Amino acid sequence: MTSEPLIRLCDVRKDFGPQIVLAGVSLEVRSGEAVALLGGNGAGKTTLLKIVATVMRPTAGQVRVAGRDAVRDAEAVRGQLGFVGHGAWVYDDLTAAENLRFWTALAGRPASEAEVGVALAAVELDRVSRARVRTFSAGMKRRLSLARLTLFSPAVLLLDEPFAGLDQRAKKWFEGHLEAFKDRGGALLMVTHSFDRELGVADRITILAGGRIALDTPRAGLDPDDLQRLYAAHAEDGA
Amino acid sequence: MTFARRALVVAWKDLLVERRSKETLNALLFFSLLLLFVFQFALGPDRERLAGVLPGVLWLGFILSALLALGRTFLIEREHDCWEGLLLAPGDKSAIYLGKLGANLLLMTVVETLVLALFVVFFDIDLGRAFPGLVLVVALGTVGLGAVGTLFAAMTAHIRAREVLFPVLLLPVQIPVLLATVKATEALLLGEPLGAAAHWVKLLAAADVVYVAVALLTFDVVLEG
Repeated sequence: MTSEPLIRLCDVRKDFGPQIVLAGVSLEVRSGEAVALLGGNGAGKTTLLKIVATVMRPTAGQVRVAGRDAVRDAEAVRGQLGFVGHGAWVYDDLTAAENLRFWTALAGRPASEAEVGVALAAVELDRVSRARVRTFSAGMKRRLSLARLTLFSPAVLLLDEPFAGLDQRAKKWFEGHLEAFKDRGGALLMVTHSFDRELGVADRITILAGGRIALDTPRAGLDPDDLQRLYAAHAEDGA
Repeated sequence: MTFARRALVVAWKDLLVERRSKETLNALLFFSLLLLFVFQFALGPDRERLAGVLPGVLWLGFILSALLALGRTFLIEREHDCWEGLLLAPGDKSAIYLGKLGANLLLMTVVETLVLALFVVFFDIDLGRAFPGLVLVVALGTVGLGAVGTLFAAMTAHIRAREVLFPVLLLPVQIPVLLATVKATEALLLGEPLGAAAHWVKLLAAADVVYVAVALLTFDVVLEG
């Protein structure tokens, strides 16, 4: 018997008034699997991610996360999620350590000084742990938001362009973190525009175009040139 | 983690941010000072004329500074999409409301204390026996203003015309609080005992209970949008 996928979308639609953003998307992500979601601007990638994250409700269709309905049982689903969207979820006038302590305390799992120190060291922000985030660059804020992820143990990770703004060392560390997350049985859905090393962590490539899934294929065996070709054929033609 | 601890965490964060940035506090203090100067010049030294308008003047100062403070409550959550973080944090969302309300009440109390002190100096008023009663009326009025103001600040946080919409929504709902606070303050400043304004104080207390209860019950829906 196969277990239920950690993420399951069934014919999900999302309309903003007359504009149809998602026109019936079905997708599954299983335990230990990573899916990279590609597509042109306005293809609906972020909308799809926000629907799975329970930030947005679908117009129609079913979304299940970790075996629960993401619309009717959103609160229970939220306890299973790790989410990094476009915003870094940081307060400029708090220090890096205070930001992490705030989010963990609000989630009901206050992190100790040591845990916060380890999380900041992982993203090489330990030396500026007492500096206000206002003084950080965009990349440092991004790293801080990724450090937040390490303080939780979610079953599902939802990431919107998580590698954007990271330097090479931070990218390497984060790839390792995501591989370890998959090894622990987590499911990862990641929006990206990159065809480079970021896709290395993905087991499947899914291309969204025209509000539908234009391609869903295993990544194994595809080199960057193949991906470019597939993207041009499916995303750009379907957009 | 208990509901109260989550509320405290939110209040701690808001107050720490405000203590460091002083954005709201500085704006409120200068605004209140300016308001008192304008009233002083407009009303002049005529004691009889002053006695009739002082309660209204005092509460106008409180309300205008509260509008300024409350309207900014959720703006900080829009930066870097922190709103999403609040929404996705597991647990009862009304704890977030309570934390925000607590921080707002503390901030409003600081400003009101200063405005009241300046009010006494500017208009040469002897509060004397009225002081304990006035503290009670101001405290109840502040809770009423803060309770609805914090909820409506969340409702209008994502609206482009929020600066206009926020007071337009807030002030009609505040009519019972405004009426009761001004009338109770008037009675107290005229030297009447608190008992003479008991019916207004009861109205204030009842409005506070209703406002806070409704806000706690509906904040979840407001945050979800």
